[in-house]
Amino acid sequence: MDIFIKYNYERTYQVLIREQLERHEIDFDLTNSGCITLDNKICREKYDSLVKSLKHYGIDIVDNQKVIIVQKIKDVVRKMLHADNGMPLVKISTYLSEQLNENYRSLSSLFSEVCHISIESFIIFHKIELVKQLLLTDKLTLTEISHRLQYSSVAHLSNQFKNITGFSPSVFQKITMTKRAQLN
Amino acid sequence: MQHEKLHIILAEDDKDDQLFFKSAFKDLKLDYSLSICNDGIELMDYLNANSETPHIIFLDLSMPGKNGLECLKEIRANVKYRDSAIAIYTSLASSENHEESFIRGANIFIKKPRELSELKKILLEVIYINWQYVSDGLNKENFMINY
Repeated sequence: MDIFIKYNYERTYQVLIREQLERHEIDFDLTNSGCITLDNKICREKYDSLVKSLKHYGIDIVDNQKVIIVQKIKDVVRKMLHADNGMPLVKISTYLSEQLNENYRSLSSLFSEVCHISIESFIIFHKIELVKQLLLTDKLTLTEISHRLQYSSVAHLSNQFKNITGFSPSVFQKITMTKRAQLN
Repeated sequence: MQHEKLHIILAEDDKDDQLFFKSAFKDLKLDYSLSICNDGIELMDYLNANSETPHIIFLDLSMPGKNGLECLKEIRANVKYRDSAIAIYTSLASSENHEESFIRGANIFIKKPRELSELKKILLEVIYINWQYVSDGLNKENFMINY
């Protein structure tokens, strides 16, 4: 039997980090996602052990400045897409540079350098992933999804979906449902 | 990003197609290893004999001995390959085997292109998209792309 779950990425992360840091008896402050402020210096041994425990959950501590900025960009994009009250109305480039206090052109070239794709393609790709989730797990209609993710029309959403996945949203939904039915 | 070395397997019985695929990969300038199996039986033997799980398996549909769909079914039945992406790579693109492939757990369906440049473009996209699913923890159930 298969059961299907949905999860809150942010909450999973918060709970996991708290548990691990407490287990290592490290005093910390969790200000925003992706950044942990430690109250005191910790010894190498403790640090290594923390690195190891977090790695088990697929969490890596990043110490490369470029990768840190890329991670921040990804976090802002993720938060923006998953905001309950819909996406911000300002242009994405403006939003990102405001949030990260950096001009968009340098963010954009750094992101492409590290990830080999542009911020724009990254956003579209993740937006379409979210559309799939909303369609399959939350059972929203395409009209609801296009409002929530601020597409100008359902046709625009369907075209972008087809461009990225090669399927129309309805065929994608049909195949997934058949796949799930066969698994059970 | 700290990409680890990419492990790719191609199961394909046509020698010309093997060469075509090989040369496309060579031009991509990635850190990769490519193993080629000449048919489905060889592929399953290879998988069973190696402990390392490949990142992406490219499967031709029509192969002697064991065809692509049969291999797909066997691979997907084994949890060891849960994290491997499977790409169907075929010139036999009918709407039937197409849907069937995705229902049986393929992630990508590629209709063999004629141009090398086209294949390179597709392969590069497939690799980066696969990387997105791995590095950003996306839901693999939704990993379905049709070329």
